[in-house]
Amino acid sequence: MSESYDVSVVGGGPGGYVCAIRCAQLGLKTAVVERERMGGICLNWGCIPTKALLRSSEIWHLVHRLDEFGISADNFKFDIAKIVARSRAVSKQLSDGVSFLMKKHKITVIAGEAKLAGNGKLTVSKDGQTSSVTAKNIVLATGARARTFPGLEPDGKLVWTYREAMVPDRFPQSLLVVGSGAIGIEFASFYQTLGAKVTVVELLDRVLPAEDEEISAFAAKAFTKQGMKLKTGTEVTELKRGADSVTCTLKDKSGKTEQVTVERVILATGIVGNVEDIGLEQAGIQVAGTHVVAGEYGETGVNGVWAIGDLVGGPWLAHKAMHEGVIVAEKIAGVPGVHPLDTNNVPGCTYCWPQIASVGLTEAKAKATGRKIKVGRFPFLGNGKAIALGEADGLIKTVFDATTGELLGAHLVGAEVTELIQGYVVAKTGELTDSELSRTIFPHPTLSEIMHEAVLAAEGAALHI
Amino acid sequence: MATNILMPALSPTMEEGKLSRWLVKEGDAVKAGDVLAEIETDKATMEVEAVDEGWIGKILVPAGTDGVKVNAPLALLLAEGEQLGVVAPSAAKQNIESAMNAQDKPAKAAALKVEVRKSGTVTATPPKPAAGGGTRIFASPLARRIAAQKGVDLATLVGSGPRGRIVKSDVEQSKSVVRALSTKDGAAGSAILGVAMLPDAKLFYPAGSYDETPHDSMRKAIAKRLTSAKTLIPHYYLTVDCNLDALLAARERMNTAAPLVNGGEGRKDKIPAYKLSVNDFIVKASAMALMKHRDVNASWTDTAILHHKEANVGVAVALDFGLITPIVFQAQTKGLVEISAEIKSLATRAREKKLKPSEYEGGGFSVSNLGMLGIKNFTAIINPPQSCILAVGAGEACPIVVNGKIEVATLMTVTMSVDHRVVDGSTGAKFLATFKQFIEEPASMLL
Repeated sequence: MSESYDVSVVGGGPGGYVCAIRCAQLGLKTAVVERERMGGICLNWGCIPTKALLRSSEIWHLVHRLDEFGISADNFKFDIAKIVARSRAVSKQLSDGVSFLMKKHKITVIAGEAKLAGNGKLTVSKDGQTSSVTAKNIVLATGARARTFPGLEPDGKLVWTYREAMVPDRFPQSLLVVGSGAIGIEFASFYQTLGAKVTVVELLDRVLPAEDEEISAFAAKAFTKQGMKLKTGTEVTELKRGADSVTCTLKDKSGKTEQVTVERVILATGIVGNVEDIGLEQAGIQVAGTHVVAGEYGETGVNGVWAIGDLVGGPWLAHKAMHEGVIVAEKIAGVPGVHPLDTNNVPGCTYCWPQIASVGLTEAKAKATGRKIKVGRFPFLGNGKAIALGEADGLIKTVFDATTGELLGAHLVGAEVTELIQGYVVAKTGELTDSELSRTIFPHPTLSEIMHEAVLAAEGAALHI
Repeated sequence: MATNILMPALSPTMEEGKLSRWLVKEGDAVKAGDVLAEIETDKATMEVEAVDEGWIGKILVPAGTDGVKVNAPLALLLAEGEQLGVVAPSAAKQNIESAMNAQDKPAKAAALKVEVRKSGTVTATPPKPAAGGGTRIFASPLARRIAAQKGVDLATLVGSGPRGRIVKSDVEQSKSVVRALSTKDGAAGSAILGVAMLPDAKLFYPAGSYDETPHDSMRKAIAKRLTSAKTLIPHYYLTVDCNLDALLAARERMNTAAPLVNGGEGRKDKIPAYKLSVNDFIVKASAMALMKHRDVNASWTDTAILHHKEANVGVAVALDFGLITPIVFQAQTKGLVEISAEIKSLATRAREKKLKPSEYEGGGFSVSNLGMLGIKNFTAIINPPQSCILAVGAGEACPIVVNGKIEVATLMTVTMSVDHRVVDGSTGAKFLATFKQFIEEPASMLL
């Protein structure tokens, strides 16, 4: 006898559990099937535990600057086991919090692995037992995992993915990070700040290749100054695993090879959707590469089956998945006026040191659209609060359509910019133009004044430079 | 059980129509098949029939109402013995609201806005246009600025943003003609705006110096369709002279040979069974040429060109109140007599506004003939979704040079307007050459 629901969500990550909550709010009888812990990768093995780790490394960085702030202390030590334990505790607290939210909204959580069985049915397997769930609507939110390449497979001991990198048993003195996207750079920054010798290898010609070129150059300079080695236009051709070290063969664009021996390697070369073993093919759901092909409202083409989050492709961000979860829930419930997600309004944040945040088009991409643009830039050095904080290294850049004043993109690097970016996202979503942003009063003294100045600068009207 | 009588869709493209006349009144008993009302669309007048029996409980849309959306309730049909107030007061009220709503000017307002409450119950509220009461217009700053730059009046838009707020995409989609023009060369183009935003002619003439005829739905449709056809379709024109002498001689012989038949109702004399016109030959020749040049018998879509399998030829018919282009379907399979009879029947029914939409929508090609009015040559505007239209001038005696000597021949000039997206110059020219051959030697159509 199978339970019957209005909506059954497969996957309890940020896309899935948010979708479930919204469904429940809209009066739908909802279930979530999760094979591990509620909260998915984000809460348990991604966004949240890494932020806890990076907080430790930030404090470690600050205690080394105590003198600058007139405080004396010495004999600092860190205990990697305690840092990891705190990170795990943070994850557990939040995962438990999600479980509580499920209870609060009377959402049934079913443990196990779900597979589409046709006609609104799911079979759920757990420890060799199978049961079945019936739902008028099924939302697939199975997420993604690290991409691996032949010859460069992780082994969990010497060659890590994000999972092992998050829970090191001891602190590695040297590291090679493959891939300089958000995940790679955050781990590189964490380990570098705590004192490891870190080398980052990037196949493309710059680190953080998705960011605006100027921002990625700014960040590269800061990382290099911290002692990080950046090898761009370079690929890893071989990982020779020793007893407690890995010898990596790197090849640059000219074909020149070199060998680097490190204690551990972290692979961060992108992610692939979890499309396997959920019955997509039998259901007739189209898969392109490693992602489910879905419409702008998450439709899969199969009646009553929807897909959201990392499973349907990028940007691979929890907040994008959450937003899609809400869209699908509202579509299922028939809420009027649901709009598809506009990827131009999805911010991206990287919590390295210095932090990086962006939304919309880079300067190069904006130019490539053929429109006339204007660009504003303002350095942290011109901001009172940044200097008072001792965080004068940073830059905010705005890209506007010169004709309409539309904010096409904003690119930030520096202290706390991941908390600042939302101001520009609100402006973009609400379709504010350069004129409203210029006339907005930003509080003094705050870092947010840099955002204001970067808008004024696009008109050549920045005040403090 | 009270049922709604809904505004029917008379054709796939119909969005709204005019309820011109009620043939029943409240309280009348009706049975299935009874004609209840007349609906006027841009092209035709159609009858709405009852599909069930009962009595007319309430007329929701008064006669003469323009712009009634498809599927808007027109009247409430009650079963025998049912009473309006008792049975469905709330349903009736809701229907009246939505019908009223359907008459609201902003087109999108017709759909009922449904709000889903937390409890899961569904309530219906009439949508409000962004320009509520004509005072404050809710629009994003970016939408306002783009609207100002493009000369779009925000009051004419319905917003798709939160709470009906007008956002950028609403403005961008509002005047696709303006946008298509202004993005053509990448310029924002205020000069082009002048084209799209023609001044109001009323400003130029003192009141009382003219009589005003409000647009009927056909006039509106002609204006809308032809403006977008002429602005959005890249037209080019091919002209060729055809020698009609052989055709005229053949026509004469055929018409003389027509058997005599009874003159029909009210007539005692005998009349010829048919009288072929030059235009009948032109339609036939077009159909035959279309079958030889299928690239011309085609329609543009964003992703593909549709090559039609039959030669469905539209024939422009002038009406007192506008024009219409009914279609001779599968003209390639029909003889001249059949084509002639069909065009006569279509034209007669068009003048009586009795054409069904299926008789004038679609088609692969059109012929527009102003020869009988003495026009020598003209160019016509393509009739979408077709790609070509043939403008036919008068056959006139002209001097021509044959073997170095001047002779007299009857020449007819035809100009084909061609959609360059679908048909390139040489393809169009080859089609016209075949057409010319069929006209100059009609017997070759038998080959």
